[in-house]
Amino acid sequence: MNCSDVWILAEQENGRVLRISHELVTRGIALSKKRGCKLCAMIFGHDINGADLQALIDMGADKVVAVEAPELANFLVEPYSACMLNLLDKFKPEIILGGATSTGRTLLPYVAMTAYTGLTADCTGLDIEDGTNNLLQTRPAIGGNIMATIRTPDFRPQMSTVRPRSTKPADVIRKGREGEIIRIKPEQKLLGSRIKRTGFIPDEEKQSLHDAEIVVVVGRGIKKAENITLARELADALGGALAATRDVVDRGWLSYPHQVGLSGKTISPRLYVGVGVSGSIQHLAGMQTAETIIAINNDPEAQIFKVADFGIVGDLFEVVPALIREIKEEKKF
Amino acid sequence: MRIIVPIKQVPETKSVKMDEKTGTVIREGVESIINPLDLYAIEIAVQLKETYGGEAIAISMGPSKAIEALREAIAMGVDSAVLVSDRAFAGSDTWATSYVLAEAIRKTGGYDLVICGERATDGDTGQVGPEIASYLKLPVVSYVNKVGKITDGVIAMQRLVEEGSEKIEAQMPCLLTVVKEVSDPRLPTLRGKQKARKSQIPVWGINDLALDPKKVGLAGSPTKVVKIFRPKVARECEKMFARDEEKIKEAVGKLGNLLKKREIL
Repeated sequence: MNCSDVWILAEQENGRVLRISHELVTRGIALSKKRGCKLCAMIFGHDINGADLQALIDMGADKVVAVEAPELANFLVEPYSACMLNLLDKFKPEIILGGATSTGRTLLPYVAMTAYTGLTADCTGLDIEDGTNNLLQTRPAIGGNIMATIRTPDFRPQMSTVRPRSTKPADVIRKGREGEIIRIKPEQKLLGSRIKRTGFIPDEEKQSLHDAEIVVVVGRGIKKAENITLARELADALGGALAATRDVVDRGWLSYPHQVGLSGKTISPRLYVGVGVSGSIQHLAGMQTAETIIAINNDPEAQIFKVADFGIVGDLFEVVPALIREIKEEKKF
Repeated sequence: MRIIVPIKQVPETKSVKMDEKTGTVIREGVESIINPLDLYAIEIAVQLKETYGGEAIAISMGPSKAIEALREAIAMGVDSAVLVSDRAFAGSDTWATSYVLAEAIRKTGGYDLVICGERATDGDTGQVGPEIASYLKLPVVSYVNKVGKITDGVIAMQRLVEEGSEKIEAQMPCLLTVVKEVSDPRLPTLRGKQKARKSQIPVWGINDLALDPKKVGLAGSPTKVVKIFRPKVARECEKMFARDEEKIKEAVGKLGNLLKKREIL
């Protein structure tokens, strides 16, 4: 049986392995079990936390290859792709899964082009096809209006990026589980970069939209910039992040990093609360995979109610303050 | 300075329909527009050539009507355009598309910058920008949300990532993919539209480019679509009307219970 392995591209920041890596382990375990092969992880960085690497093994990876150098501390496409292509050549993966993160969505296509192979972006579904043992990749397209299932029958490795937060992070199977951890210092010639990272400006919001478990999205129904504080109060009461529809961002009431939708961020939180959001197709494309969707809108015909689990038809300026009071009451217990 | 702007003509998302029986997207009667996110790339390209002098060239791979999108780019201030079109290219995935576009970019001559929109609103992959850069062996800076100064062949910019923005400097030639925040696209001017109408836009087919015919089109694409289907988006929505104080109390109470039950509160 021609069986080379399933690989995941784990990611780190400041030497700590990021959550997306654990989500990829979950996906990787399912695929490698079905194929009857090993699950391996590759990661690029500098001084990566050893316990975090062992944790990947604890969760089910059989092998972790960490390529480390100061030049790899932050993502830069040239040294990362040179090192990754080097690993592809050495280990010949069958399948590579990466996160559909800002890194993954840049690094994987760059590598797939040189490696002359197929890459499927932003997958929500991954499976192994009976008979061929090929990877079946399902993903949204046309702003989420359709789902497409895609195969890479004749080229290897079969590569996919997986939508963050579309998978539960893997549980630890056993602490101290047996596995191989290989730490490599790459040759200097792989580390050149025509791009320099000279600094970082953190987001104004305390909570990153991508990681937030609870997101309150404010739409045009809020009517004025000053009223946004009401939505922010709701977000604070819930302990969540504040985001906006395109209408709100276009009016300058909140900045672009807050925008959720087709031409903004895609989020998949545990709870989405739409305040004065009508629910255009373009907005739905950015949030319809949220676990629980709540909508507050004065128009009973608003599209948002079609994808919501629970909706309140009423004046948000009355409903939201009442909701904030209710949440604070509930939290007392 | 020479700037290349690859653009794409896409179906208007709102009007896309699917033939459930055949599992294919219905293209007839669907309006075609310039990929909205490409407008930002065009805007930045025009701004840069206005600041530093030089020219901006738009290039697109598509069926013959994609020439309308190229005329729109010229109307916004791009100097010239090229359409890359051939039946042999139909059905190309991102690898095959990037291959063709990269070879076409090569054929236009030297360049300092290639600027792409973040992604196209039909395919939604965002892969073509980085793939063109990879093929042309250019560094790529993705998700650029601010373009700064160009000094001695180095371009300063900011890149939008999950937790904030990175400050970046890149040696030219390089490829950028830009996000909406980068600038506000200008409207085409009357003069621009007149120029666009009169512009000669060459059409390059497979024989005009240095391409391996086995690597283009549906047959040459590493990825293959197996099927398309409509996603199950609708949920059972419990809708409560809350038009008076009592009903509001009832509704938020029920919501509070729901959130507690789902362990969110």
